Amino acid sequence: MKWYLTLVSFLFTTISFAQNEEPKFARFDSFQEFEPLLHINNDTTYVVNFWATWCGPCVKELPYFEELHTKYKDRKLKVVLVSLDFKKQIERKFIPFLKKNEIKSDVVLLLDSKEAEWIDKVDESWSGSIPITLVYNAEKRLFIEDSFHSLTELEDFIKPIFNTNHK
Amino acid sequence: MKKIILSLSLLFVLTISFSQRSESGYAIGDIAENFNLLNVSGHMVSLDDYKDSKGFVIVFTCNHCPYSVMYEDRLIDLHKTSAAKGYPVIAINPNDPAVQPKDSYDEMKQRHSDKGFPFTYLFDEGQKVFPKFGATKTPHVFILDGQRKVRYIGAIDDNARDESAVTQNYVLDAIAAIENGKEPAITKTKAIGCSIKVQK
Repeated sequence: MKWYLTLVSFLFTTISFAQNEEPKFARFDSFQEFEPLLHINNDTTYVVNFWATWCGPCVKELPYFEELHTKYKDRKLKVVLVSLDFKKQIERKFIPFLKKNEIKSDVVLLLDSKEAEWIDKVDESWSGSIPITLVYNAEKRLFIEDSFHSLTELEDFIKPIFNTNHK
Repeated sequence: MKKIILSLSLLFVLTISFSQRSESGYAIGDIAENFNLLNVSGHMVSLDDYKDSKGFVIVFTCNHCPYSVMYEDRLIDLHKTSAAKGYPVIAINPNDPAVQPKDSYDEMKQRHSDKGFPFTYLFDEGQKVFPKFGATKTPHVFILDGQRKVRYIGAIDDNARDESAVTQNYVLDAIAAIENGKEPAITKTKAIGCSIKVQK
């Protein structure tokens, strides 16, 4: 009986521990505060994806960004997932989504609603639809206003500025 | 032989210029082509049907997109104001329902009646119209004047997510300028939206 109780209490602590583990993300209320993240000048290549939990094609391609993150974790490559989720849905949708999908990449929540003022600062060719992906390093920048359908497709896109074959 | 080469190269040039046009869509000052699309009551509607209008507020929008939903009530109010000035709102759903089932024709009918849209809601069946305009997302607005010249392209106002923080109504400002015989002070704006759903 004693072992049974121990097991039950062990299970409960495990469950509650898992539930209490809050997903980490950086919240920005203004684009101005966030903007430096699009211009980091070092030896790392940044893969910045703009998405939202309410955007179907974004959610669909997210696993490829997670795979990219895992695959190149030991290289000079960093995946940043910039969510445009709504302020009202942070607790109800955004955080539960990060938890459920166990997102490993860095997550940023950008809440600045004056979109007309900052869309061009991400990329002048961006019309405003999501998803978009911006890949940059100290030398070059790439931008695409479309979604990816596989890890290979994503790797092909970043190849011009990041050597995916290099060990 | 020369003739064939000439006409072939002419065809080639035409194809290129045509495909470029269809990709980028209308620019400010271009004359928009008429279209003929199915409304939610099962009738075909074209711009020619609006005999008394002085222009149009064409809005590519849909059912499923949260940004479109955020603008539903504002679009109703906008139409009430702009239609009274002679510029009715014409909403067009550009999405392929095979990709986004919430944007099917039946769902459009449902949403139209649930929300009591006072404006026409058309279905871009076959997705031939939105590429001509160069719409890339929902919502995406194009204001046409009486000559069907494109006078404004972009967002409805300057704050989608927070209506109470809106400081500029781009559409009403543009209509006011056109009515005064002037160029709108702002002819192009950008906002976040949902990509238009097409089969890949």
